[in-house]
Amino acid sequence: MNDFKLNSNAPNGELHTKWEDYKKTLNKLTPEEANKYKVIIIGTGLAGASAAATLAEKGFNIHAFSYHESPRRAHSIAAQGGINAAKNYKQDGDSVMRLFYDTIKGGDFRSREDNVYRLAELSVNIIDQCVAQGVPFAREYGGLLDNRSFGGVQVSRTFYARGQTGQQLLLGAYSALSRQTNAGKVTFYPRHDMLDIVTVDGKAKGIVTRNLLNGKIESHSADVVILATGGYSNVYYLSTNAMASNVTANWRAHRKGALFANPSFTQIHPTCIPVKNDFQSKLTLMSESLRNDGRVWVPKKKNDTRKAVDIPEEERDYYLERIYPAFGNLVPRDVASRRAKEVCDNGQGVGNTGVAVYLDFKKAIKEKGEQFIKEKYGNLFDMYQNITDENPYKTPMKIYPAVHYTMGGLWVDYNLMTTIPGLFSIGESNFSDHGANRLGASALMQGLADGYFVAPHTIMDYLATENPDFSNKTDQKEFVAAVEETEKDIEDIMSIKGDLVVDEVHRELGKVVWDKVGMARDKKGLNHAIDSIPKIKEKFWKNVSIPGSDKDMNQELEKALRLKDFIELAELMAHDALDRNESCGAHFREEYQTPENEAERNDKDFKYVAAWGYNKNGKPSLFKEELKYKNVKLKTRSYK
Amino acid sequence: MNINLKIWRQSSDKKDGKLHDYRLENVDPNISFLEMLDILNNKLVKEKKDPVAFDHDCREGICGSCGFMINGRPHGPQKATTVCQLHMRSFKDEDDILLEPFRAKSFGVIKDLSVDRKSFDRIISSSGFVSVDTGEAGEANYIPIEKNNADEAFLSAACIGCGACVAACKNSSAMLFTSAKVSHLALLPQGEIEQADRVNKMVATMDAEGFGACTNTGACSAECPKEISQTNIARLNREFVKAQLGSFIKKK
Repeated sequence: MNDFKLNSNAPNGELHTKWEDYKKTLNKLTPEEANKYKVIIIGTGLAGASAAATLAEKGFNIHAFSYHESPRRAHSIAAQGGINAAKNYKQDGDSVMRLFYDTIKGGDFRSREDNVYRLAELSVNIIDQCVAQGVPFAREYGGLLDNRSFGGVQVSRTFYARGQTGQQLLLGAYSALSRQTNAGKVTFYPRHDMLDIVTVDGKAKGIVTRNLLNGKIESHSADVVILATGGYSNVYYLSTNAMASNVTANWRAHRKGALFANPSFTQIHPTCIPVKNDFQSKLTLMSESLRNDGRVWVPKKKNDTRKAVDIPEEERDYYLERIYPAFGNLVPRDVASRRAKEVCDNGQGVGNTGVAVYLDFKKAIKEKGEQFIKEKYGNLFDMYQNITDENPYKTPMKIYPAVHYTMGGLWVDYNLMTTIPGLFSIGESNFSDHGANRLGASALMQGLADGYFVAPHTIMDYLATENPDFSNKTDQKEFVAAVEETEKDIEDIMSIKGDLVVDEVHRELGKVVWDKVGMARDKKGLNHAIDSIPKIKEKFWKNVSIPGSDKDMNQELEKALRLKDFIELAELMAHDALDRNESCGAHFREEYQTPENEAERNDKDFKYVAAWGYNKNGKPSLFKEELKYKNVKLKTRSYK
Repeated sequence: MNINLKIWRQSSDKKDGKLHDYRLENVDPNISFLEMLDILNNKLVKEKKDPVAFDHDCREGICGSCGFMINGRPHGPQKATTVCQLHMRSFKDEDDILLEPFRAKSFGVIKDLSVDRKSFDRIISSSGFVSVDTGEAGEANYIPIEKNNADEAFLSAACIGCGACVAACKNSSAMLFTSAKVSHLALLPQGEIEQADRVNKMVATMDAEGFGACTNTGACSAECPKEISQTNIARLNREFVKAQLGSFIKKK
């Protein structure tokens, strides 16, 4: 594999017309021809459901798998804030070019120009499509669509449905998927975990699944496999991801030859409800849109135990407004997160734990009225009050950063195909568009751009070169071997019969990854992680305990199967972070910072995508995709 | 605080279930209800016993996965709150807490507190959508929508499909769930054209799935964690009559 060269396969041509020109050159299939092909899609969140619906509309036969009981449960549903689109309805100077530039800059110049431009270009089509489906976006009194602004940009381009934008977009994609289920073009397999990918002659041709209701291990064959399996934030144990979100599908693909790109690029979201105690099972995000009207501050004095209301204005440090006068509270996520850590490390943190900062709405409530705030953020305020037992209309919220999104993922080319031919990866599960840091309201945009508007074209092109084979191929030796391997893994885990609950091991792993591969990293800590993760792995394989039977619904076994892959991923993340001797976006290496404590990039040596190959007993191998910038100038990000 | 739990244990839909007693001591009142169950399950695993199965995922009250009966009420005692957002501070020291799965003919028990709600998907896939292919849409702002209607449509569309309405209803009716989708689309111009067909098909599917009739007791809305309003049911009935009359007139 060492002579393997990574190529983005992006077509030549002018940035502005590249995708449209390229689309014309792609092979097409008529619905009658498409009807001869079988497509497997894993995951039915925003990316998976939109791709499934669109490919089914084009005539393909879709087999969609999810560990959920229904596509509507996917974690996309929890996205709160909104979705970006360069519609320029507000006439504030927005454009596709500007959204493209903001995204490249927000990602700290570690993403591919061609992909990002395409994303910005398609953003406008997404809004049209969703409105046509009946997605109830917020509107103005004149009946037109409303917009708000979001972190890291100075224009208003975010479309939203109160604080439930993800829910409404997912229900839109789910309705399109349901329509195709009704038409007989989509078969949905609920409560199925994908545990392996099957390749035949080097091409992805199927998967192995476990039926979560009866433990049955089955294999399924197809002409192409699409992974839309989301991100891996739960490697940290505590994150804002839903409990079952996991890396298994991607990791199994990685073990079969798909390169994993930029695994250490994980986003810490600045506005989450702080950890309260050891029983905490997950973290809750408060939409970043709150920073439009909320002001972040801490007491100027260290270890100040006074209540927020007792601290007079002149003794408060509105540190984001102070350090970044131009963007203020709307700096990008990585910057806001790191500054919060800094003030807390400096002893200015608030609350019982001292690991929190205030997000204060007093000024906005005074200027715009409580009703205005209620209308804009009502459900978020209610949620906050319910969890913390404090009223944010009266006292400021307490917030702290938490892991929220993973920019890293399977390496894909311009066509969104991984290094395994016939295996595509879309949405958060790939690494493609956000570089080293994702801007707010861009995850929904990317999931839907990939699913509705990119993958259907490139996958059709791929399939047009493949002979359709509708017959069931699962008796082939590759399928039989993959099933046997999966069964052996499960047998091994069931026979450990140790004393540790899966969550205990996961919590231990999470602590190492959060401390050493979290908001700030250094060489010593990363080496420590690389040393200690194999010990956690050993502990897992020697001492984990799974009660009950694997031939039954067994939620502990499900967790164990996910954790074993998280452990291996964690080690790769540490290797990746150690290899990258620079700071960029969310990847902050203590050794590489400017005198003002900002990330110090090294474009000369690290202007590449780090794509890692799996080696069974040894260190992962690194392949580099050089990033070329023809349309933007590399700059040091500044939000001052 | 200390609590006494009575939990319905049933290994599958083919086996009989029964209530088991568990006691938890020194529970922090600030943890969530599901974190309390996590603690119980960790304890059971340590004792080599089968943990309690329950559905949950986002733990932010939006995915609709969680839901079971707590002391006879879907999602428990707190208004407009899913189980995952319920906290132990809603209970008192030494409280007895009874946990049972949602019970309805159309929701079979899978295991313990987990039930099968696929019937909801079938109601949506019968016609709960606008028939528009990807790429067919026109410019989004060409059709202005009155803000009030858009807001109303949003409130209906906010349903999380958890099934509490069915569990709360003495007839196990799915009218609130179905009417929320019918209303969401009826309130928007995009959904108007297919409205008659939609309401006919969704109601027929709802009946075929074995859900009971609505007798307007309002228990569904009262227990709905997203406060989906009874008005939706009135709107469905109106749309249904319109659709029936429409097809009657067409036949003539």
